[in-house]
Amino acid sequence: MIAGSSLIQKQVSTPPVVVENLVKRFGDFVAVDNISFNVRAGEVFGWLGPNGAGKTTTIRILLGLLKPTSGKTYVLGLDSNLQKKEVHARVGYMSQQFTLYNDLTPWENIRFYGGVHEMTPAELRPRIPEIIHMAGLEGREKAMTRTLSGGWKQRLALGCAIVHKPAVIFLDEPTAGVDPISRREFWELIYQMADEGVTVVVTTHYMDEAELCQRIGFISQGRLVALASPAELKKAQMHGFVLEVTASNPEQVVRILKTAAQTKQLLLDEVALYGAQVHAVVPDVTVYKERIRALLVANQINVRSIEWIAPSLEDVFISAVKFPAENKSV
Amino acid sequence: MEEMVIWARELVKQFKNDKTVITAVDHLSLEVASGETYGLIGPDGAGKTTTIRVLLGLLNRTAGESSILGFDSMRSTYPIRERTGYIAQSNVLPADLSVLENMHFFADIHGVARAVQEKNIPELLAFTGLGDFTHRLAGKLSGGMKKKLALACSLIHEPKVVFLDEPTLGVDPVSRREFWNLLENLRVEKGLTIFMSTPYMDEAERCTQVGLITRGRMIVSGTVAEIKALLPGHLLEFVPSPFKPAQQTCLPLPGILEVQVYGEKLHIFVDDIETRRPQIEAALASQGIRHNDLREIEPRMEEAYISLVNRHNSTSLGKVQSCSGGNK
Amino acid sequence: MEINLQRLVALTRKETIQFLRDRRLLFFILGMPVLQLVLYGYAAALTVYHLPMAVVDQSNDPKSRQFIAAMVNSQYFDVTLYLGSQEELTHALDLGQAKVGLMIPPRFATDVDKGDANVLLFLDGTDNASVQSGYSAASLVAQNEATQLQSWQISHLPLNSSSNSLPVTTLSRVLYNPNLIDIWFILPGLVGVVLQTLAVTQAALIVVRDRELGTIEPILSTPARPIEIMLSKIIPLLVLCFFALALLVGIGVFWFGVPFRGSLILYFLMALLFIFSSLGFGLLLSVRAATQMEATQYGMVFMLVGMLFSGFMYPINNMPLPLQIFGSIFPVTYFIRISRSIFLKGVGLNFVWSDAVMLVIYCVVIILIVSRVFKQRLD
Repeated sequence: MIAGSSLIQKQVSTPPVVVENLVKRFGDFVAVDNISFNVRAGEVFGWLGPNGAGKTTTIRILLGLLKPTSGKTYVLGLDSNLQKKEVHARVGYMSQQFTLYNDLTPWENIRFYGGVHEMTPAELRPRIPEIIHMAGLEGREKAMTRTLSGGWKQRLALGCAIVHKPAVIFLDEPTAGVDPISRREFWELIYQMADEGVTVVVTTHYMDEAELCQRIGFISQGRLVALASPAELKKAQMHGFVLEVTASNPEQVVRILKTAAQTKQLLLDEVALYGAQVHAVVPDVTVYKERIRALLVANQINVRSIEWIAPSLEDVFISAVKFPAENKSV
Repeated sequence: MEEMVIWARELVKQFKNDKTVITAVDHLSLEVASGETYGLIGPDGAGKTTTIRVLLGLLNRTAGESSILGFDSMRSTYPIRERTGYIAQSNVLPADLSVLENMHFFADIHGVARAVQEKNIPELLAFTGLGDFTHRLAGKLSGGMKKKLALACSLIHEPKVVFLDEPTLGVDPVSRREFWNLLENLRVEKGLTIFMSTPYMDEAERCTQVGLITRGRMIVSGTVAEIKALLPGHLLEFVPSPFKPAQQTCLPLPGILEVQVYGEKLHIFVDDIETRRPQIEAALASQGIRHNDLREIEPRMEEAYISLVNRHNSTSLGKVQSCSGGNK
Repeated sequence: MEINLQRLVALTRKETIQFLRDRRLLFFILGMPVLQLVLYGYAAALTVYHLPMAVVDQSNDPKSRQFIAAMVNSQYFDVTLYLGSQEELTHALDLGQAKVGLMIPPRFATDVDKGDANVLLFLDGTDNASVQSGYSAASLVAQNEATQLQSWQISHLPLNSSSNSLPVTTLSRVLYNPNLIDIWFILPGLVGVVLQTLAVTQAALIVVRDRELGTIEPILSTPARPIEIMLSKIIPLLVLCFFALALLVGIGVFWFGVPFRGSLILYFLMALLFIFSSLGFGLLLSVRAATQMEATQYGMVFMLVGMLFSGFMYPINNMPLPLQIFGSIFPVTYFIRISRSIFLKGVGLNFVWSDAVMLVIYCVVIILIVSRVFKQRLD
């Protein structure tokens, strides 16, 4: 049962997840366009991209559920396509639709998944209570799964995915529809597992969730647009700096700045209204703070402050999509 | 009360399901003034969609009062529908109709005169970037374009108020950004009041007024700045190793107002950065816990939400006081 | 009831476009009825030809041989066994070696001359189709041969099993359908059953589909009134059902060769009432059905009811009273009578007025109920 972790020791030089020049076409449509990346052992890796970008396709290929058009993928050194069965035995997968059976109890669900992974009753007997405890479901293990709330179901689904102690787990949009508090608690679980040496790959379309990962791969329209940690992405990927303008009449500020951008009077990007503030992306902080202030004051706008703020991951992503030539992977 | 474009007091909506009664909206009150972008923020199942539907008269109101532009949701449903636009969460417009046919359909349904349609429809389509797709079937549009079409169709009759139920769900960041910019431009151009619901905490930052909702109850409402001001102290962030011991070490320290877990990072709310930072560093060092720089960061809506929900659940006094009330 | 014309036209146009552009749906709506008609027309034909027959001829004279020959010439019977006694006959039927047993008693010729001839017909009671065809065919032959037919049903089931009752309509069928061509009998009724299934199912589906996919919400959130929404769905369906009807009647007349002896206009007028009330039924069903699957299943139930209790296959008079009452709830029961009458008897309104009135009452009641039921809110 410790098969997973001993494999890690053996293959510590080979990353547990490897994607090499992966291409996947569906007829004319290119879903995955020549992607390559690795996931390090024990890492919490975020696979980020909007719906339809190709991220689920990539996961399916890694799991051996789809054949690649060209290129290779390896999980724990095993070829996903040619050694499917071995991959399945060593990998945990938590899918978006929970895959929990609503009319079974948590206990029965875990036992079912244990059986699916060919665990013997002897192996299962101590394991089920372990999982119940990890998921915090003591006292609820005999209730109908349908009666559990979203957050609990997620923890149970995670438990079912790791019942056979896999070395690598794939979580597909695991906290979709879950409230922020439950989401934080769920992520605590994820990091606990990572501490124990499990490699975690999380797919998500939710920028905020991506911030919780140690490293992120961005995929957009089939292409890998960026690959680095959230902090590094914000530093290196951002094409420009985000200034936040607090002033009277924010709507007028937007109009003025947009006109300035259009007439190339000022080199501004992404001028947008954020509640009562205005954000603009500029090439240089000091210079542009002054220029913007001057322009607004000339237009009789009372400027309260212009500050350089940290970009959100969304800012970074949009910037990376717009200017893809810059650094792709770190 | 009369100037409020959208207004609800002690709104209750219950669903009877076989033998159980589910209270989806639990004595919720809110007010939205003209020209605002109001965000109803909360996770799935919090009651956002139900609230919008009751306001629009699409669901029966169990108790309480609600009105839009002075028209009561239940008694004057049709006048409300004539004056509002709505993008439902399901957002399924007739897929077998083309973009143009959809626009004409909604225009006709709202009684817009043909002459007016001839002028406004091309304008609206150009504005939303759908000008080149007039004959494309709605079902064949990309996700982002479908949303834009829904927006165009909801505005064709020049409503004063637009309701959007989770409009950016699952949409890619670029389209999401575009959609928001579009929305804001329209709001400014046409003097709209926008009411939107979203589970995305970061979208709260784009609203002028925000209401945080959980399990059918309004936790707090106000501007983003006001809500963040409710957060205790300043926020420090760092990555400790090992994690759990760090959490346990920090919790009992003096001046620690709240601790939140953020993936592999710890978020600690302290009353004063200058004094507490060194204290925390010392405590961690004494336990042999390694860590990187303790950075002060700006709390985001999500931190605010978590903090407020926790306090709401644990306070014996009940709800945290709403900070904007009716004094506008 | 306020109805705004601009809105109604817009809604109806939308529904029509959606129909016309959904190829699969159109094919289904027009194709299914045709398929059902052809399948049921051929497959459910009540006549079974060339039934294997065992014969015991105790007279063995020219007249008895003539009788047997007449049976064979009718094409309904094939003599497969000549046996010696009644026991052997019933035994052969038990074993399934024959479906029909004919026993001609001694001195048959003499009895024929006297005008008092009898033959005994044994039928395999477990095979209903054979029983019906066998009996009716044999009755006909017997009639022609001036012979009384006594019939017995043999059943493999224990003693107190199936009844000996045999369809009375065989007689009426024989009157208007002298060659016993069953398709003439089936088709007018089948048109009703198929049309009802189509109308009920599609009307239910069109509402439930909107609800299930969520497409109802954008519409409901407009100033459109429920009555307008409902009408906009019924009108295209009505037109569609009329097309289907024309198609079915056309197939019946030109393919199956069923004669149409009555007034086409009257027929279509009656059909209009019938289709309208069936659509209404479908709309009522849509209130109960939560999913499209459920709606389709309800439609199936209607089809079954239509086939069993409307007089389509089995005569109403033969059914116990509660079932007769049950059958009379459904518009199809009345339409089948009208349809058959107009098709085969060529009668006018004066003959079918009572059934027509029932259909009118239906339409009125349905309109009243449906306009109550359709609401301006989602719940």
